[in-house]
Amino acid sequence: MTDWIYVGSFYAAAAVALLGAFGVLFLRNLFHAGLSLILSFFAVAALFVLLGAEFLAGVQVLIYVGAIAVLILFAVMLTQRLTSRHIKTYTRALVPAVLVALGLAGVAALVMLKLRLPAAAALPAASPLDELAELLLSTYLLPFEVISLLLLGALVGAIVLARKEERR
Amino acid sequence: MSITPVHFLGVSVLLFGVGLLVVLTRRNAVAVLMGVELMLNAVNVAFVTFDRVYGPARLDGQLFSLFIITVAAAEAVVGLALILAIYRSRATVAVDELRDLRG
Repeated sequence: MTDWIYVGSFYAAAAVALLGAFGVLFLRNLFHAGLSLILSFFAVAALFVLLGAEFLAGVQVLIYVGAIAVLILFAVMLTQRLTSRHIKTYTRALVPAVLVALGLAGVAALVMLKLRLPAAAALPAASPLDELAELLLSTYLLPFEVISLLLLGALVGAIVLARKEERR
Repeated sequence: MSITPVHFLGVSVLLFGVGLLVVLTRRNAVAVLMGVELMLNAVNVAFVTFDRVYGPARLDGQLFSLFIITVAAAEAVVGLALILAIYRSRATVAVDELRDLRG
């Protein structure tokens, strides 16, 4: 009954995600490329919802759109004047890069054609959020703690790196 | 027709390929970082897809994605701080002009 809605939303989300990615690749203005990246992040969040991972979709919007994208836009504005126009957008490695990307996509496509996946499990009736939390604080307790140390290190490192050096 | 996990994996591979192209071809270091984020996103889609395939009993794929998102945040912060420091000392962020370490 709602099958065509699901199919339609999948294709819409996939198209928007790829459109945003191509925008990052082709837009010459870096600020526009950053906005295009945000579009792609939102579409990936929609894909997460379609996969039944609502919590991850929320995390995706909060962290990627809310934090990382804003950070990237700040870096764009701090490292170049918006009026200045870069003459060259691409490095000289264009042809090898396209070959590498095509080769990777080809290998991945071959693997996927050989793949025999079991049919996707039905969506659980209840949200698996409590199970997720339980797993995070039992099986994955050590990575969970380690990642908080990593975040602390990144915080301190970023402050040290981005701080203006005082003249002596 | 209905949507199978292979459809999601296809989107993931295409996103990864475009991200790889961005990393390999764009000249601005910030754009390269954007490409890395795209690739991480693609991997997350693949992880959640496999999580879905192997049933609601296992949530390891979603947790892996969660960890990847956290590490991506840390990576973006440190990467952008590095880019800012380089811009301050060199007044450029073009990756092919920063070749002081080239032998």
